[in-house]
Amino acid sequence: MSPEAYLILSSIIFSIGAMGVMLRRNAIVAFMSIELMLNAANLALVSSSRTWGNLTGQVSAFFVMVIAACEVVIGLAIILTIFRSRRSASVDEPSLLRW
Amino acid sequence: MRIPTPIIEYALILPMLIVFGAAVLSVGFEAFISNKYRRQSQVLLTVSALALALIALIIVGNTNARSLAVEGTIAFDGPGVFMQFIILLSSILATLIMAERRVDPAGDAFAPRASAVAGSEDEVIVTKMGLVQTEVWPLLLFSVSGMLLFVSANDFLVLFVGLEVMSLPLYLLAAMARRRRLLSQEAALKYFLLGAFASAILLFGIALTYAYTGELNFGAVSAGISANNNAAGLLTVAVGLVAVGLLFKVGAVPFHQWVPDVYTGSATVVTAFMASAVKVAAIGGLLRAFFVAYGGYAWDWRPLFWAVAILTMLVGSIVALSQIDVKRMLAYSSIANGGFILIGFASTSRAGTAAILFYLLTYSLATIGAFALVTLVRDPSGEANNITRWKGLGKKSPLMAGLFGFYLLSFAGIPLTSGFVAKFTIFVAAVAGGALPLVLVGVVASVIAAFFYIRIIILMFFSDPDPDGPVVVVPSKITAGAIAFTSVASAVLGVFPQWVIDYVSSVSVFLR
Repeated sequence: MSPEAYLILSSIIFSIGAMGVMLRRNAIVAFMSIELMLNAANLALVSSSRTWGNLTGQVSAFFVMVIAACEVVIGLAIILTIFRSRRSASVDEPSLLRW
Repeated sequence: MRIPTPIIEYALILPMLIVFGAAVLSVGFEAFISNKYRRQSQVLLTVSALALALIALIIVGNTNARSLAVEGTIAFDGPGVFMQFIILLSSILATLIMAERRVDPAGDAFAPRASAVAGSEDEVIVTKMGLVQTEVWPLLLFSVSGMLLFVSANDFLVLFVGLEVMSLPLYLLAAMARRRRLLSQEAALKYFLLGAFASAILLFGIALTYAYTGELNFGAVSAGISANNNAAGLLTVAVGLVAVGLLFKVGAVPFHQWVPDVYTGSATVVTAFMASAVKVAAIGGLLRAFFVAYGGYAWDWRPLFWAVAILTMLVGSIVALSQIDVKRMLAYSSIANGGFILIGFASTSRAGTAAILFYLLTYSLATIGAFALVTLVRDPSGEANNITRWKGLGKKSPLMAGLFGFYLLSFAGIPLTSGFVAKFTIFVAAVAGGALPLVLVGVVASVIAAFFYIRIIILMFFSDPDPDGPVVVVPSKITAGAIAFTSVASAVLGVFPQWVIDYVSSVSVFLR
């Protein structure tokens, strides 16, 4: 098993995610791209765990999954609130954001 | 395979456990205490838990030898304990000003119900009903427990978990301002997307560090780096990604774009918390990761920190010149101050660490005081944050304007203020570490910064007030007490800094 191949694959996935965050204007799609980046890191952790023969990387991947789940909860809550507000007629300040 | 039971030194992590336990208890309060008493009990719980944790930290810190705890994943060492102290102290002060209800006639600084659509009928109704969003307090406690973990993490996984526990509640707190709801929600969205992006970059850097060394513990990573000489390209990428992720949290240029927007959009009391405690935590994590884990690799990462420090100081100071909003101006001032702190990274020495610790203490106290004063200047629509509206404030309220001027002089680093001593110690440590060019840029940036601080002082004291201008509201005794504490502490640190400097010099050794 060649460990480099897995690292290269995870780097490619990470780059796709990073480009998605920077290029897409839809908040949900940008958020999905961030999840892709986290999973790329998981792949690197798990494959390196196999290379080095210890469990640290695999255990870390579980922690990352839990954190990613928490991030989904918070992120979707914020995106949902702002979506509902933007559709309403309230304009008290000009938009700050690119999104 | 038999896994041995981990040994957990409960005594050494007691302050973290207290805050975390209080956060869980506080969620219980949300469910079981009736509307009428909920807010008072939450505030009481938050303040007493933080105070108890501070007392526990002082006792534990004085009675136990410095050591690694919890299987080497937590470092109970001098810088860690001192940064936990600063975080707890500034969180208590921030909690006190968050609990303020007198300055805004509508209630406290938070939206009555954060989920209500901004500007809708629903929002008017919940405001009339006098609802209070008490979830602010558990979120605050969770965030503080994450910070305590983050600054003492001695393992990349713990560092990452601490970072997320600290950041996720903050994204929500940013969305909860009572006034200017849309701006607040946009700030939260921007903070969340960029913050999660930075966390993902940090995590990939951690994964690559693991791929290179096969370890996540800081000490083992450091040993792995010195033992391993091939494939240095992988390590360079890993260190670069970790640096980007952590520098984002610090708000260093070129990763600073979120800072002005988030600081402006959030409720001012939340901004005070973010600019003080969160900044301290972010610098703390960066410090430990780069001094301990990547310490042996310092020759390779130091040029990056030089470039970032120079950019941060100059961009922060120059862009602040053109700001017309007080909160935005203070946000750029916070960025510029982050740059001065990064000078301390130029020398991976004890003196550099000590200077950074002292800087963090003085800066967080002055910042909370300054933002607390910003909440007091109001007109009927809320806070008057436009600088031109602050014209002649010195004639309406000499005490408030005088104190604000004092904090501004401290940020500018005028002698006899705490900011001057902090900058001076950091410059001295940098010169000793061979970073003279950085210090010269720092002095130039200080001069530029002094210009805009003094411009505000002139505006407050030497122009005539508008007849329909904002008024300075008299706060409750609690907020007044918090402001008094920060100003007395800043003054003492400015005039008699030596004992604190001696103390931070004695605690500036990282364990590994």
